[in-house]
Amino acid sequence: MAEYIEKGTWVEIHRIVLPAGQRASQVPGETQQVPLEMRVKGFLAERSSLGDEVEIVTSVGRRLRGMLTDVNPAYTHSFGSPVPELLMIGREVRTILGGTRGGG
Amino acid sequence: MTAALSYEAVLADRDAIMRASVGIDYQQYVTGVLAFDYERLLADTGYDIQRTQDVQSRTGVGNTPLIELHHITSLVRFLAAPGKGARIFVKDEAANPSGSFKDRRASLSVYEAKRRGYEGVVAATSGNYGAAVASQAAKAGMRCIVVQEAFDSQGIAQAEIAEKTRACEAYGAEVIRLSVGPELFYVFLCVLKETGYFNASLYTPYSIVGIETLGYELAGQVQEQTGRFPDLVIATHAGGGNVTGTARGLRKAGAVDTKVVAASVDLTGLHMASDRDFNRKSFTTGHTGFSMPFTTWPDRADVPRNAARPLRYIDRFVTVTQGEVFYMTQVLAELEGLERGPAGNTSLAAAFSMAQELDADQIVVIQETEYTGAGKHPLAQLNLAKQMGVEVRRGDPRDNKPGQRIVIPEHPSQIAVVDVDLEHVRRSYVRHALEAVHGEQPMSEIDLDFLAAETRSSRAYVKEAVNEWHRTT
Repeated sequence: MAEYIEKGTWVEIHRIVLPAGQRASQVPGETQQVPLEMRVKGFLAERSSLGDEVEIVTSVGRRLRGMLTDVNPAYTHSFGSPVPELLMIGREVRTILGGTRGGG
Repeated sequence: MTAALSYEAVLADRDAIMRASVGIDYQQYVTGVLAFDYERLLADTGYDIQRTQDVQSRTGVGNTPLIELHHITSLVRFLAAPGKGARIFVKDEAANPSGSFKDRRASLSVYEAKRRGYEGVVAATSGNYGAAVASQAAKAGMRCIVVQEAFDSQGIAQAEIAEKTRACEAYGAEVIRLSVGPELFYVFLCVLKETGYFNASLYTPYSIVGIETLGYELAGQVQEQTGRFPDLVIATHAGGGNVTGTARGLRKAGAVDTKVVAASVDLTGLHMASDRDFNRKSFTTGHTGFSMPFTTWPDRADVPRNAARPLRYIDRFVTVTQGEVFYMTQVLAELEGLERGPAGNTSLAAAFSMAQELDADQIVVIQETEYTGAGKHPLAQLNLAKQMGVEVRRGDPRDNKPGQRIVIPEHPSQIAVVDVDLEHVRRSYVRHALEAVHGEQPMSEIDLDFLAAETRSSRAYVKEAVNEWHRTT
């Protein structure tokens, strides 16, 4: 049984703006083959479940409709792991400068 | 409901939507088949340097520090011939309220939108400009909507744009995130039509006039710190506004002999409307994917006439590789204690190479930094690149191949700008201009003079280029 998400919860909706095959003529073939998708966050207008067609009220007060896909969506972008290819650069240039200064 | 109107219907209504949302009747500036009165378009904003500074200072925009990069200059001199190696300075634009020079562009737009009674502002941008408009709108008590190209068809967000989403939402903006494609413009038009908000385009006269204070300030700061104007000012180049506004500001400060360099990351081979290439670029702006089309034809923007016209101002146009920019970003952090970027670091890589050509008493200015953070950082970009199957390794940056291989230099001596042939760019501009009026009435002398001003050439040059186009088409 579907779990309900309460009205007023911060959520994200998803909608297809242009289906695959109906993209602008100038876009490359591989982009033609995928839809133009839209995702927007806002407050859920009515109690609903994931996957329902719902209405949200965005942070500027607009009412938008789409499929409910996420609840309190996380910001997941990060730095990630240190990149080995960058780790030695500082040391290398300090060595060059140290050499010109007669050590140090 | 956004995008409830058909694609064709909205695009057909484009001119009327634009007129209502920008509040400028561009038609009144038309003087020929191609020509329009560019200077009058800018002058009619009513903002000179003083008035722009007044508006910008209300929200803490501008008056950013100019910092000399002593250690990077030392490294340049280690590599340069005796007596060569210019002093390098950077304008720390990250000190602006939302962390980039884009606050200058947003400030006048939002101020004008408010003054004219618009309820809100809309901007189509995936970069710092969105955060800048959202920040200015927050301060002005206005509503703000930002339309971004943010993720590919696999749902993978470009890391830097994800950070911009977060920043815009932090300022209280509604963010419409789209998958890859130029039809973003259709969604943007729908939002303008539905809301009646102001179009805070990057390319209105307000957006360009707002940058003039950057060039003006830095000329004064360099003079104050060194007793002379800069020899070279390097601007990271994408849509052309940064170059245009900075160059105009330099001239207004009297720095008429300062050379203006446009620097872009070379993304040759990657398609800007490609869903596949989207997350293999590792740079979201400041690259040739924008700078080439916008330099060779500025009027492809989201307003009828683009106020950013870079070819009028560029003395030299150079590219650097992705790997060179990442290398210099690390050098800036470790030698100068400045963790910044990505945008200004394209200019930094160019400055590092070009300063070696200049005399030791000459001065090079990198005219911007931007804040860095999660997503908009070499670590985030290189980790994403690896995830997308792009090879990352140390080596000769000449082996860098956008979308396939990012080569981080092994030694600073390998960093070298590649010149873009401005003659080729001028020819390309004239070709685009002629294609734009194909089948219309013949061009007048006014149009020829306009094209000469646009390409910094002469009427004779334009006539010859026009003849060549007719011969070859």
